[in-house]
Amino acid sequence: MSQAGTHTGAQLIWECLTREGVATVFGYPGGAILPTYDAMVDFPIRHVLVRHEQSAVHMADGYARASGRVGVVVATSGPGATNLVTGLATAMMDSTPLVAITGQVGSGVLGTDAFQEVDITGITLPVTKHNYLVTRAADIVPVLREAFAVAKSGRPGPVLVDITKDAQQGRADMDWEAAEPIRHLRHLPPPLDPEALARALDLIRHAKRPIILAGHGIQMSGARAEVLALAERADIPFALTLLGLGAVPATHPLSLGMMGMHGEAWVNRAIQEADLLLAFGMRFDDRVTGKLKEYAPHAKKIHIDIDASELGKNVPVDVAIAGDLLTVLRALLPDVPVADRSKWLKQIRSWRGDSAVRDIKNLPDEGHLYAAHVMHDLWRLTEGKAVVVTDVGQHQMWEAQYYHHDAERSLITSGGAGTMGFALPAAIGAKLARPEAEVWVVAGDGGFQMTFAELMTAVQEGVKVNIAIINNGFLGMVRQWQALFYEGRYAATPILSPDFVKLAGAFGIHGQRVDTRAELAGAVAEARAAEGAALIEFRVEQEDSVYPMVPAGAALHEMIRRPNAKAGASAIAETGSDPV
Amino acid sequence: MPHVLVVYTDDEPGVLTRVASLFRRRGFNIHSLTVGPTERSRQSRMTIVVDAEESTVRLAVEHLKKQVSVLEVQQLGDRPKVVRDLALIRVAAGLDVRSEILQLAQVFRANVVDIAGDSLAIECTGGPDKIDALVDALRPFGILELGRTGAVAMARGIRASPQSRPVAAPQPASNQAMSV
Repeated sequence: MSQAGTHTGAQLIWECLTREGVATVFGYPGGAILPTYDAMVDFPIRHVLVRHEQSAVHMADGYARASGRVGVVVATSGPGATNLVTGLATAMMDSTPLVAITGQVGSGVLGTDAFQEVDITGITLPVTKHNYLVTRAADIVPVLREAFAVAKSGRPGPVLVDITKDAQQGRADMDWEAAEPIRHLRHLPPPLDPEALARALDLIRHAKRPIILAGHGIQMSGARAEVLALAERADIPFALTLLGLGAVPATHPLSLGMMGMHGEAWVNRAIQEADLLLAFGMRFDDRVTGKLKEYAPHAKKIHIDIDASELGKNVPVDVAIAGDLLTVLRALLPDVPVADRSKWLKQIRSWRGDSAVRDIKNLPDEGHLYAAHVMHDLWRLTEGKAVVVTDVGQHQMWEAQYYHHDAERSLITSGGAGTMGFALPAAIGAKLARPEAEVWVVAGDGGFQMTFAELMTAVQEGVKVNIAIINNGFLGMVRQWQALFYEGRYAATPILSPDFVKLAGAFGIHGQRVDTRAELAGAVAEARAAEGAALIEFRVEQEDSVYPMVPAGAALHEMIRRPNAKAGASAIAETGSDPV
Repeated sequence: MPHVLVVYTDDEPGVLTRVASLFRRRGFNIHSLTVGPTERSRQSRMTIVVDAEESTVRLAVEHLKKQVSVLEVQQLGDRPKVVRDLALIRVAAGLDVRSEILQLAQVFRANVVDIAGDSLAIECTGGPDKIDALVDALRPFGILELGRTGAVAMARGIRASPQSRPVAAPQPASNQAMSV
């Protein structure tokens, strides 16, 4: 171990983090990371102590998604490190920039199965954008600087840095400038190909039935204004992916709403009938395309994404442009012809047909509480201005359908990985990133029970998140699949829950139960007014299903539509335009 | 159809694992992969022969290019190229057939590198087809052991990659010890 040098390795870690602008980290201490924790107290760092390391990654993920900054996680070796894996995979799938720092056993005993040793760089290789094993204090600064650069650049993603205990204890000089990262520059997108741009413009010019497929990349690129400018100028409607919700406003006249498995039927039909798809920062995930062979059969396709390995991966495209969406759209915009496509828009509107009447939101309550009512009312009561962090399952889809997100970074959800237990920790991270925002957790009774220990983290850190538990007594989405595709055999999907109001009491937070729609507004008002975190358990219809639905493997137009609403249902509203 | 990729990477621990893991999890089928030092210090050069459709190979190339440790990927495709494989073949060679085997080796310009009481070890360098042919020719005598390196490839003519640099050009500083 070198004794020369201005700093210990542990000090260098915090020096780097503070210079990278990090003020909040999420973590859990342990033996192999102790030198780093010991050094932390001398730096202006807020450390959020989690109750499980998986939650630390989800918090950092929520923090990053809410703010656009890099989220940072600290954990110890062995089980501390392996507990990060699900969180890293979640962040990887949804392209969240994270840096996770783990302690590792001393370099002298690496590979000997020492106490709390695991090969975390080996384990996390497929679920990180890159990872590092650092065994010398002198490598800490260059590695951490590169880790931040890699996490943020191109298509963002999580990076793990595993640092041996002796590297944390060793000494080295702080030489920030010499550690300027350069390797990530190798992977910048190539210069724009004027010929590809010309072909794209040509397709736009000749399209009669175009649709923009708006994805997560719009937010990450900061291209909202350009997407809207293109849509308005060329009169092209846009459909959104789950992670694209909020990237462009839901209440915009050209907004169609969500596409895909639980997208509205007329949106999917419009995609199937379109003659041009403009895919902006999305990746044609199977939840979006349905059966690939029959996907948008009449449409030419323009695909713009910063990740060249996504182009042509699932769907063959006519024009593929690898690049930052903002840059590409700025190059395209001046030449996009002004057009009037009112005929096409009218056609799509006519396909909406009786959807509004079928809409579950319009079911009379008659003493039943529907999750759709909860989402719809929550949207109205918060004036659509909350940051909503959802878990995974039915409630996630209902939220996507009925909470209309106008603002960017206002929906945070695990899209690609579909990680249950994500919502509560991610919401704590989001609130810490944006203390001025009203943050709501929307979770099912199943997912909430996976990580509810983090309620104590919220209490300890004084984090005000409002929690809506949509309790239907089932693992609802799995139950729905069992009902539809497994002849109603409910294997392992009925799930009991604790008394959530008492649970809230045990954590010392406000808790309430809602059984009818009439109680909903009052409960939401109380939760919002409560000091600190607040929890509402909504006891909703038990065997309710999410419609419309494209069964897995079916084509987009082969949707299971919503059942017809009971007679007397009032067609009060159309999704996306219901006046508050 | 086999496609030949040449990949320049930083010479650091774990690069081979990264590349192999990438091919495994994306389901790209590696026919052979060789790695070794190159004209540039602190860099390695891999030759990867992939058995896949053109579109799959294109994706593999794009995935490789995303790796932090990868500097450059060449897809040799239809370009004129030299592809060489080295084989060591131990073949049963009693006195009665020994001269016949030696003659065969000569035809293939292969060298005998070891002689034991009842066997010969033959070293042969060449394109994969040539080595396949020699192996087929020796099989009737009884092949006792066979080892092949896998292909090393190079495009013919001058290096025509966009990132092509002469050896003497300044190298980007790479932090050799920092990655796994």
